[in-house]
Amino acid sequence: MEYEEAKQKIVEGLTKKLKTKSKFYFNDLAEILGEKPREAKKVINKLVEEGVLEYWSSGSTSMYGLTGTGKQAAAEHED
Amino acid sequence: MAKHATPMLDQLETGPWPSFVTDIKRQAEFRKKNQEKMNYQIPVDVCEDLLGILELSFKQGRTHWKHGGIVGVFGYGGGVIGRYCDQPEQFPGVAHFHTMRVAQPAGKFYTSSYLRELCDLWDFRGSGITNMHGSTGDIIFLGTTTPQLEEIFFELTHRINQDLGGSGSNLRTPSDCVGQARCEFACYDTQALCHDLTNEYQDELHRPAFPYKFKFKFDGCPNCCVASIARSDMSFIGTWRDDIRVDQKAVAAYVGGELKANAGAHSGRDWGKFDIQKEVVGLCPTGCMRYEGGKLEINNRECTRCMHCINVMPRALRIGLERGLSVLVGAKAPILDGAQMGTLLVPFISAEPPYSELKETVIEPIWDWWMEEGKNRERLGELIKRQGFGKLLEVTGFKPDPRMVKEPRSNPYIFWKEEEVEGGWERDINEFRKHHQR
Ligand code: HEM
Ligand code: HEM
Ligand code: SF4
Ligand code: SF4
Repeated sequence: MEYEEAKQKIVEGLTKKLKTKSKFYFNDLAEILGEKPREAKKVINKLVEEGVLEYWSSGSTSMYGLTGTGKQAAAEHED
Repeated sequence: MAKHATPMLDQLETGPWPSFVTDIKRQAEFRKKNQEKMNYQIPVDVCEDLLGILELSFKQGRTHWKHGGIVGVFGYGGGVIGRYCDQPEQFPGVAHFHTMRVAQPAGKFYTSSYLRELCDLWDFRGSGITNMHGSTGDIIFLGTTTPQLEEIFFELTHRINQDLGGSGSNLRTPSDCVGQARCEFACYDTQALCHDLTNEYQDELHRPAFPYKFKFKFDGCPNCCVASIARSDMSFIGTWRDDIRVDQKAVAAYVGGELKANAGAHSGRDWGKFDIQKEVVGLCPTGCMRYEGGKLEINNRECTRCMHCINVMPRALRIGLERGLSVLVGAKAPILDGAQMGTLLVPFISAEPPYSELKETVIEPIWDWWMEEGKNRERLGELIKRQGFGKLLEVTGFKPDPRMVKEPRSNPYIFWKEEEVEGGWERDINEFRKHHQR
């Protein structure tokens, strides 16, 4: 899959769900892309690098979200 | 005078054990005095506010820490764990209190100047509170603010030559026993393997794409000093496949009392004369030893390499010469399903660099399977339970082996598939009825 196409899929997919949640597991993203995890990882790494996605971590679990979205960012004055 | 009164915490100091409360109070004092005239980059009273907020939590029976955060250093999805408190006005020193994980040197070898550098950095840019080598094994820096993170990361990687460790759904900081550097029982070079895999799997360490955490731990022998068998998703335990080397003269010296059992480790009390029959032969878990006519014999085929006899008589018994390691998988501490120990997957595999067999036939196929099939927050051990040990054998290509079975019933059955059985599941009912009535 082309990077731009993948990016569009992720941004659209996550935006659609924003009303109910803002943090997603890696596997949710792989599913949106319809790719196996190792392939999906390449695109997702790049999306983080470009600042489209950002990491969220509980300490034991990691999740991904569209940069600046979700309660945490607002509450922490970091958006 | 302390900034906050902490009667409930003070009570914790009255017990027989050293208390973290005492340690944090000492650090609070140290920061206030600031004898080295350090230009602290985070609030000077961080430690006092930490005690204050804990006292408040004790009093109210509720936590004031929020869970998780988006903080990190650029490009890394692990190594920093965001922690914020929800009472920043009352306790400004801990408004941000992020944790940083720092990779420890293999085998935990430090020079004092290196330790001092780490501590100076952390006094300058953090709370100064550390947690060295807890169950993660790595160096944990407790408590700093968001603007300090990149600064600390830069100092660590550019000046101190050290990387952040793993957290979240990553490969966690791999951790090893001291191994061949100090220990004659080590069956492979734990530090070399730990270091090699840490470098090989940088992407897995820093960019989370696993369903949950994944831990490697390395023990040079079955004594398991880093408890890999209980604490790591993949545990690498040194072993040998030839015979225990026996020096009969030294055996006689233990029996005669010239050599002290367990290298004298239990000499604080009078246990009586060393009794080889009772203390070694009789405690061998597989009953594979015999001491007769002044000669010690071992049926090595039955020995499970438990290390007991070698630990008791290290001068007389030594590990074999044909060495490698066993791989056990699936250990975890309780979250969803209760604690679980590792299960033997590979009885023996070479532990020589560049470790290609280990990477290509064990580690990577297992990751591929777990990344595809694992549910969110499902550890490898839970996936093995859910899909069966037989499935794990299928994805790795290892053959079922009696050594994988601890005992029938408590250990997973491994089922045959139809194509593996001559004639399959179908039978000729007429042929059957010739021999059996309805
Ligand atoms: C009542 C208070 C707390 C409870 C019940 C609690 C519980 C937990 C639990 C269940 C985990 C997951 C462990 C695992 O996945 O194996 C965890 C992880 C963690 N917690 Fe807490 N926690 C508490 C307070 C804190 C505080 C105050 C901090 C730091 C200021 C903290 C820092 C961490 C870190 C760094 C981890 C990640 C450990 C890891 O997965 O390696 N926790 N906590
Ligand atoms: C080669 C012959 C046999 C094989 C391979 C065999 C195999 C098994 C297996 C796999 C189980 C299930 C164990 C479990 O609960 O997980 C079982 C249970 C049982 N078998 Fe057999 N069996 C054999 C012969 C017999 C015979 C001849 C009898 C009685 C005359 C018998 C009586 C039982 C009973 C009563 C149970 C239930 C025991 C329990 O659950 O505690 N078996 N057997
Ligand atoms: S695990 Fe074995 S090899 Fe490693 S330090 Fe302990 S006794 Fe020595
Ligand atoms: S290592 Fe353990 S099982 Fe093997 S002979 Fe010694 S005591 Fe027995």
